[in-house]
Parts: sequence; structure tokens; C-alpha cells
Amino acid sequence: MEIPKTFLGYKREDGRTGTRNHVIILPVDDISNACAEAVANNIKGTIALPHSYGRLQFGADLELHFRTMIGTGKNPNVAAVIVIGIEPKWTKRIVDAIATTGKPVEGFSIEGVGDIDTIARVSKKAQEFSIWASEKQREERPISDLWISVKCGESDTTSGLASNPTVGNLMDKLEPLGVHLCFGETSELTGAETVCEKRGKTTEAQEKFRKTWSSYNDFILKEATDDLSESQPTAGNIAGGLTTIEEKAFGNFQKIGGCKFIDVLEPAEEPTKGPGLYFMDTSSAAAECVTLQAAGGFNLHLFPTGQGNIIGNPIEPVLKLTANPLTARTMSEHIDVDVSKILSREMNLDEAGDELIKATIRVANGRLTCAEALGHREFVMTKLYRSA
Amino acid sequence: MAGTDIIIHDEKDNVGVVVIEKITPKQDCDCWIMENDKSVKIQSMDEIPLGHKIAMTDLNEGDTILKYGHDIGKVVKSIKKGEHVHVHNVKTKKW
Repeated sequence: MEIPKTFLGYKREDGRTGTRNHVIILPVDDISNACAEAVANNIKGTIALPHSYGRLQFGADLELHFRTMIGTGKNPNVAAVIVIGIEPKWTKRIVDAIATTGKPVEGFSIEGVGDIDTIARVSKKAQEFSIWASEKQREERPISDLWISVKCGESDTTSGLASNPTVGNLMDKLEPLGVHLCFGETSELTGAETVCEKRGKTTEAQEKFRKTWSSYNDFILKEATDDLSESQPTAGNIAGGLTTIEEKAFGNFQKIGGCKFIDVLEPAEEPTKGPGLYFMDTSSAAAECVTLQAAGGFNLHLFPTGQGNIIGNPIEPVLKLTANPLTARTMSEHIDVDVSKILSREMNLDEAGDELIKATIRVANGRLTCAEALGHREFVMTKLYRSA
Repeated sequence: MAGTDIIIHDEKDNVGVVVIEKITPKQDCDCWIMENDKSVKIQSMDEIPLGHKIAMTDLNEGDTILKYGHDIGKVVKSIKKGEHVHVHNVKTKKW
């Protein structure tokens, strides 16, 4: 199949391209959720991104909070941003960082004003942003403007056999075209960590991966009361035939095909070493992982599932595929691409990879994913440790 | 190519994955090895559902399970060729 050279996206002020055109109302902290949701309710064409944290965090955990907030605002799928926080200082830090992209952004703080006046003031600005964004048009953009993140969930053995290798096939075909790619899930590489480490393109990338995985594993060994057998693999994984974390890891790892990663990213860190594959240090919980990848700047997500994970994200469209024929049948409203014919050998991996590329470009052009149509907007901050 | 009951990732693997809704005891199954496109046959001993694993050979306690050509855990209870391989007879070597 000849891969299209372009797709239709929204060109942003900083040169990046969005596959979506959202105006977001971003609360800095948990107690600003109510205002953000009230504004999004008032003004059509805006979405609020409520979450649970943002107060009394410190150190690396606070930095991760800021990185996630700022990265979410900077993502090219976002046309304009309103930031609401209880206090002005943290709000301003986020606003100033998002403003470096050149996109419209405005911050508001609630203290000394109260919810009702804040909602009124913010609504006026949100209306202005929403109408402004509604005139943005899609235009032809190079395929290399796609930044694709991947993460699998509710995996079973069909994931390792077919849906993950289908994503790997797509990566093998899109990497030479200059697409940015990202995989994560530090915990779910356990058992395959040595094989994964060797996929680092440079010694530096390999060492960084080893350090990241070991630090995670040390944390698990310290915190685990018994073992992780209740969590990894999950009950859903076990029902689907996965027996051990090692088996899950080698299945998971199929998603990167034959690609090598050029760098290891902190959670929510934006890649800076040019096109190619990146590994991001993330949890393996679906919503946490995709939220971090979206904050890293990725504009389209591919999500293979076995038993049927239903996750979505508010700003990064999540396209789902499965190779499990039962899931494709019983949960069809969640599945964008069915590759179960690989198991009956009526379809080969090359054909499945082509199908996934076609579906990816349609979604990049604006086709709603199943998760978007169903209203899945899971925005989940990763928290590293207790607050002060 | 229809009629494949079990797929094996790598020739070195000592387990295969059931890819039809289920296989029943004493069923003669057609297996396909992805790595080298070879076909083999096996008779099942247990009922095994879609996505679950079957032992391609007799396995003793302490043996290593190979899938994708890699170590995915250890046998904790001996397994006969054709039996169901899962959490009741295999455990992780991690954690």
C-alpha cells in the first residue's frame, strides 16, 4: 500500500499540527474544577478538564503536575486555553509556559472574587476563544506532523499475537516517514526489560532505560506487601489467558515492531531529539499513561485491547483495535479497527498494518473515534507521592 | 488457511495459544508456528478457552516456559503435553 504523504490538520502558531481543535478550560487544582465545569457548561465548543490534584504538592511531584498541565495546554490538538486556579501564582506559571506556543491563553484566579464572578468573567473570555477557534480550517499537512502514542490495555494473549504486532507493523512503516512515536508502561516491560533495553538506539538511551526501569522495580520491591500478583497481570488479563508479567511484557513489547528508541522521556516530557520512537516513563494504568503522552505533545493515540478496555482522552483521540473476536463482537461500539481475522489467518500482519494506517489517517483527518463518540474524556494526573 | 486451532509464536516455544472459541479434551488440533510458517498437530487433554495456552510437550516442576522464544515463567506443578497451562501450574520468576 502506498502511504498517503499528507493528512488534514490544524496548523498551529508554533508550527505543530493538531488533529483536533479543542478550546479547553484547565483547572490548576481540584477546588477549581467546579468553576471550570460551569464555564464549559455555559460556553459551547469548550471542554473542562477536571482532575483530583494540584494542592500542596512539592518537589518532583509538583514539577510533574506543572509539566502535565503545561503540556496539555501546549498540545497542538488544543486551539486555545483558559487556566483557572485558586491562587494567581501557580496559575500564571502555567499560562506563561503555554503562551510560548503563541496560542491564545488566559488565566484567572478565584481567591478574593469567588466562584460566581469568576465564572462570569471566564465565560466571556471562553466565548471569545470558542468563536475564534470555530473559524480554524483543516489544511493539508505532511504525514510527519503526526505524533502517535501507543499503549495497550485489558490485554490478553490475542494482544501479543495480533493487535500489538499490528501497531508494530504500523510503526515500522511510519517511522521512516518522519513520524514521532511513543511507547511507555515501565511496569509492563518487566520480564522483557533486558530485551527492551537493547532496543535503545544509543548506549545513552539504553542506559537511561535501564536506570528508569530499575528505579521503578526498586520502588515496587520496597512497597509491595506480598507480590503484584493481584495487580500484574490483572484479573482481566488472567481471564484472557495471560499467566505472568513476563508473558504480558513480551506481548506488550510487540507494539514497537522493529523500531529502536532514540531517547527516554520523563513522564509528560516533550521529545526534543527529532522524529522517531521515544520511550516515556509512565504507569501502565491506561488513563494515567495516555494523559502523560498527550502532555508530551502526542496528537493521536493507538490503543490495542484484548478483553476490552474502554478508555478515551479529552484532547488526544484514542483509536482502539482488537484481535479478540469475542471482544469485537460483544463490545463493538468501542472498537475502531477489528483485526481478529489475523487469528483465523484470513488476514496477515502486513494487511492489518495497512488497515490501521488507513484508519489512523481518517481519525487524524477528523473522523471521531468510538471513545470520542461515547464521550470518554479520562484526564488523570499521575501523582508520585503524598502531598505536604 | 482457515482451520488453525492453535498459534505458536516461535519454534523454541513449549506452549501454544488457542485461537478458536475453545478446544475440548481429546480434540486433534492444528497448530501453526508463526516464526517459520510450519504446521504441527497436537491432541488436547483439557478444555481450553480462546487465548489460553496448551503445553506442546511434557513439562516438569522447575522447567522454564518459553513463549515468543523467551522465558515467561517457571512450572510449579508438572504439566503433561496437551494440558492447559496457566496460573495453576506456572508462576512468574519476578516479584
